[in-house]
Amino acid sequence: MKAHLTRRYMFSASHRLHSHAMSEAENAATYGKCNNPYGHGHNYSLEVTVSGPVDESTGMVCNLADLDGFVEREILQRFDLENLNTRAEFVQTVPTTENLCTAIYDILQRGFTQAHLDKVRIEETMMNSFEYAGAAEIAR
Amino acid sequence: MVYLTRKAEFAASHYYHNPDLTPEENQRIFGKCNNPNGHGHNYTLEVTVKGEVDPRSGFVVDLKQLKEILHREVLDAMDHRFLNKEVPEFSTRIPTTENLAIAIWQRLASKLKQARLHRVRVYETPDLFVDFYGEA
Repeated sequence: MKAHLTRRYMFSASHRLHSHAMSEAENAATYGKCNNPYGHGHNYSLEVTVSGPVDESTGMVCNLADLDGFVEREILQRFDLENLNTRAEFVQTVPTTENLCTAIYDILQRGFTQAHLDKVRIEETMMNSFEYAGAAEIAR
Repeated sequence: MVYLTRKAEFAASHYYHNPDLTPEENQRIFGKCNNPNGHGHNYTLEVTVKGEVDPRSGFVVDLKQLKEILHREVLDAMDHRFLNKEVPEFSTRIPTTENLAIAIWQRLASKLKQARLHRVRVYETPDLFVDFYGEA
């Protein structure tokens, strides 16, 4: 029996949306207030969805302690209370929430092997959210 | 095809224990959830059904009927219960959120007539939920 499990985590970080490929004027036009040179912050809500058969012996898709441990070690310690622009993941790319989604998806995809990774969903504010499922379609 | 979701809440207690495992293994796998006296949650259940909109009624499903089925099959059986001891499915299965979603699906799927069950989502806490889409 395949089930899908979603766990939510919170972290806070700052960023500045600024592309080296654009002029100052283009950056200001594209990113507006988010281009403010000193950056600004958000409380991000991260939802990680994994799936797999429910293990007969444990009743679990995967042990939550393993997922929590991985996310704490590999994602929250990397991004919580940090300036995203200073992190290795955003040397080449702008730390939009789209790119944050794909960066976090890639970290999970590479390192978390106890269950299949379905998708990563991030709320940047209560008014917007972003989802990434790699090559797969987002499940309804 | 239109999808309709009905939400319900119930409170229940449970603990995680597999009698085939040693006490040490149970403790290692389930941690605090292995406490035999149990602990509780306020669960939120979201049941999503799908179907074509009936041209006469404009409904995918009669919400009153759906609510009655939810109450009869799920809430009456599980609300304010100790899942391990009072819900038959969990005499042999561990009442994890995964197994709870499966059990609720199995209770509802055959009872729905107009619309088909699409998804059962069970929130154990606001930070943890399980989706079950059936056996396929």
